[in-house]
Formats: sequence, structure tokens, C-alpha cells
Amino acid sequence: MEIIIVKDLVMRFGSFTANDRLTFSVAKGEIFGFLGANGAGKTTTMKVLCGLLKPTSGSVVVAGYDVALHPEKVKRNIGYMSQKFSLNDDLTVTENILVYGTIYGLGRAEIGKRTDAMLERLELTQVRKRLVKTLSLGWKQKLAFSVATLHRPSIVFLDEPTSGVDPVTRRRFWELIYEAAENDITVFVTTHYMDEAEYCDRVSIMNRGQIIALDTPQRLKQAHGVESINELFVRMVR
Amino acid sequence: MIKVRNICKSFGAVRALNDVSFEVRENELFGLIGPDGAGKSTLFHILISLMKPDSGDVALWGLDSVRDYRAIRKIIGYMPGKFSLYEDLTVEENLQFFASVFGVRVEENYRLIEDVYRHIAPFGKRPAGKLSGGMKQKLALSCALIHKPRLLVLDEPTTGVDAVSRKEFWDNLKTVRQAGVTAIVATPYMDEAALCDRIAFINNGHIFSVDTPQNIVKRTTQRIFAVRAANMRTLPALCRSLPGVMAAYSFGDAVHLAMNRHDAEAGEIRQQLICLACEKVEVKTVAPIIEDCFIITVKNQK
Repeated sequence: MEIIIVKDLVMRFGSFTANDRLTFSVAKGEIFGFLGANGAGKTTTMKVLCGLLKPTSGSVVVAGYDVALHPEKVKRNIGYMSQKFSLNDDLTVTENILVYGTIYGLGRAEIGKRTDAMLERLELTQVRKRLVKTLSLGWKQKLAFSVATLHRPSIVFLDEPTSGVDPVTRRRFWELIYEAAENDITVFVTTHYMDEAEYCDRVSIMNRGQIIALDTPQRLKQAHGVESINELFVRMVR
Repeated sequence: MIKVRNICKSFGAVRALNDVSFEVRENELFGLIGPDGAGKSTLFHILISLMKPDSGDVALWGLDSVRDYRAIRKIIGYMPGKFSLYEDLTVEENLQFFASVFGVRVEENYRLIEDVYRHIAPFGKRPAGKLSGGMKQKLALSCALIHKPRLLVLDEPTTGVDAVSRKEFWDNLKTVRQAGVTAIVATPYMDEAALCDRIAFINNGHIFSVDTPQNIVKRTTQRIFAVRAANMRTLPALCRSLPGVMAAYSFGDAVHLAMNRHDAEAGEIRQQLICLACEKVEVKTVAPIIEDCFIITVKNQK
């Protein structure tokens, strides 16, 4: 089943075309890597898919809803972890979870239950009363991801979730992504770490507003005769 | 040349730096490799005289970082981890501003930054805040270099920058080095570590393994196995459950497995995974890369 269907998406800002006739789809439960150079138009696409920007033209259906017609319904069915750390630094871990749970309309009792389960899974129970600003970046990222999936959305959008994180924490983070995918949450992720592209079911490479490659990492490497996605990326985007 | 001797620094109960000592040689490209929270930025702040250590000292070409801070600031170029130029000033205005702060004219040292700056020169009239990530980095590097510092200190210059711009940035660093500048760079990208002359791993405020990337790889005694199977997503956790496994992590399209025992064989690992119901299991030994060495070092420390 396709959970994201994008047809001829065009997004213009004045005379600048950020997304130029994008067409692709993402299957339910898939980990989809959305790669591209800085300024290629990735964040714009992500915002359209999340119902935050109305497309100039084309059709975008996310979780069964047209983003142009029903952006609010789209937002209820997705989770979003932004590039900039989005939790509130001056609240504790549990307070942050409470805020997000309430925004997504979960009851107090349900939030409490999910909070306990989440903190145990993340091994964060010890720090539940600590202010978020006192946590290491790795912990913050794990927490931000879990908060983005607290309401059990059908899709989660991750915008450079591992930027600046060390090799060990980065990989632990990807195990959280695998876990989400196993639980049938579709993962739409951008990254500048090209080894992480290899962990995706499929990847697309975007350049100057257009998708210039889209397939499984394995097939892309074979088709272009390269050893790694990094090699392919540098070759195609340069 | 730079001598860091027995630096300690605490913030309340947190020991950010614990007896840190190392040296950086003249005209070296030195990499400081470590996770978030390891103490990299604190060390940099002490190095460039923005912070005093609790004990220990730093000497830059004989200048003491506490006593001679005025002289030191003139010979240092610093690029902080967070973009810190003036977003409302244009590209050209930022460069002019930094030149004037250091009492130089842009033209004097333009040759040093030419390779970097020519990529952003066409956008000279654009406010710095409107540049793409890669271009912001290039402008920040230009501003840090415009007074021709003896030492360039770069705190995670390529975090959040795409693979192509990252490569360009490192090509630029090589040019800077050829011009005689010594550079210390902190990075979480392990492939960048391999591009440095020498590197130091830093973790929990401790420095260890100061050496060339080649020697660090050579000194690693653990055997590393690359494992592939049908179930790649559950494979890291399954591998960690095997007896004698020190670390198991995804590495591109395989899982890398470091064993505690030195006599472990690919065949037995394969058998054990097949017993755990894994299918299409492939195990082969591979040469470690810097990233394996880092993970092993961090594990050993724990």
C-alpha cells in the first residue's frame, strides 16, 4: 500500500522553483531516504508533505489525505522531527512528553502509560525529572524521535535527525528507526551521512529541485557501477 | 607549535576535561574526534583563551593562553560550531568587518581565501542569513582566515553540510595548510578523521590515541567481521547477543562485528547466526577503518 503519493509536485517561491515536477511514492512501513545537496529543495518537499506548505501545483496524498485540501488531517496522522532541536529546553523530560501528548489529543492516563514505556525503552527513566537542556545531544535526539512518534502516527518525517551525533549514538538512533518500521510506521528521512542511506529500503537523490535518482541502494550502486552511495552522490550532484 | 599540558576543567560536579595533554606540530592538520559532550568545545575555548582552565596550561608558540591572551587572539582564526556571522550583513560586509577587527585589508590576504571565497563571491551582496548551509561554511572559513592566522581552530565545520560541500571544504583546508597555517579541527565525521595528519580521540573529557590515522588503524588488534543476512534490521541486536562480541554496529550495507577474542573465525560466527534463525548469512573479515577504531576505543574505556 502506498502511504505517500506525489504526482507532478511543483513548489515555487516567486520566480524560484524549489520543487520541479516531483513524482514518487512511498509504501507503508518503508524506510525512505530523501537525499540531496544543501539547498536542493528537500526541506520544502518535507514541508509540503507535512501539510505546512500548499503546493503551487500537482497532487500530494499523505496517509490518505490530499495535503492541499486537508492539511489538518494530514498533520494528525504524521510525526515530524525537525532539523533544529524542537523540544522545550526549559521543561523536564516528562513535561515535554506531556505537552506533545496533549497537543495530539491523548488523555492524561494514556500519556502517563506511554511515557513510562517510552522512558524505559530509551533507558531514560533516571533522567525523567531533568531539564531537557541538561541532556546530551544524543539523548535529546532519541527523546525528540520518540516524542514525534508518541501518538503512533502512520508516518514519521525526520529532517537530518543525526546531524552532529557521534558514530555510536548515530547507529543506536537508526535502531530506533528500524524498530518504528517494524511497527509499521513509515519513515521518511533526510541525512548527510551517506552510510545511513544504505540503511534505507529505498533512497532518492534530489538536485536543483528535481529527483535525479530513485531506487534501492543496492540497485542504484549496481546501475551506476559504484561501491557506495557516497560515491554515487558525489558523482551525481557535483 | 601548540602544547597542551594537564588541562583540567570542571563545571560544578561535571568534569569536562580530565588531565588533557597533547601537542600539535607546526603546519599540522590535527583532528579532534569525539562524540557530543566529550569536551571538544570546552577544550577549544581554553585553547583560544576564551576560558581559563582550572589547572594545567596551554602554550601557543610560547605564548601562554591565560597571560598572553591579547597576543594569542591576534594569531588565531576561530570558526565556532554554530554559525556566528552577522546574518543581516551581506557576504562582503561580513568579510570587511572581520578584516577591520583584525586591522587588515581584505586585499592583503585575499590569496589565502581565494579558493574558498570565489565560490561565494558571486553572492557578495546577499545577506549572510540567506546563504545555503555549504555557502555559510565557506563564508565563515573566509572570515576566520582573513587576518592570516597562524592557527585555525574549527569546531565541527561540516556538521549539517552535504557530502559534496564537505569534500570541497576539506579540499579548501588542504590549500590553507599549504599556505603554512596550522589547523585543529573537531568533527563527528569519521571519514574526515582519515584526512587529518594526526588525530586524537576524545571521550568523557579524556584524550587518547594521539597518532596518525594510519597508525591508529594499524594498532587495532581486534578482528573486524562484516556480516550480512536477510534480516539486516534485526542483525545488529542479534550479533550483540553472541558470546564474546565486543561491539556490533551497522556499517553501510553490512554489520561490523568486533570480537573480544583474537582467534574468532568467520565460520563459527556464521554458524551461530544460522542457529539464531538468520538466513543468507555471509561473514567475512575486513580491515578496520577509523570508525571501527573509535567504537572499539569508546567500548574499551567503558
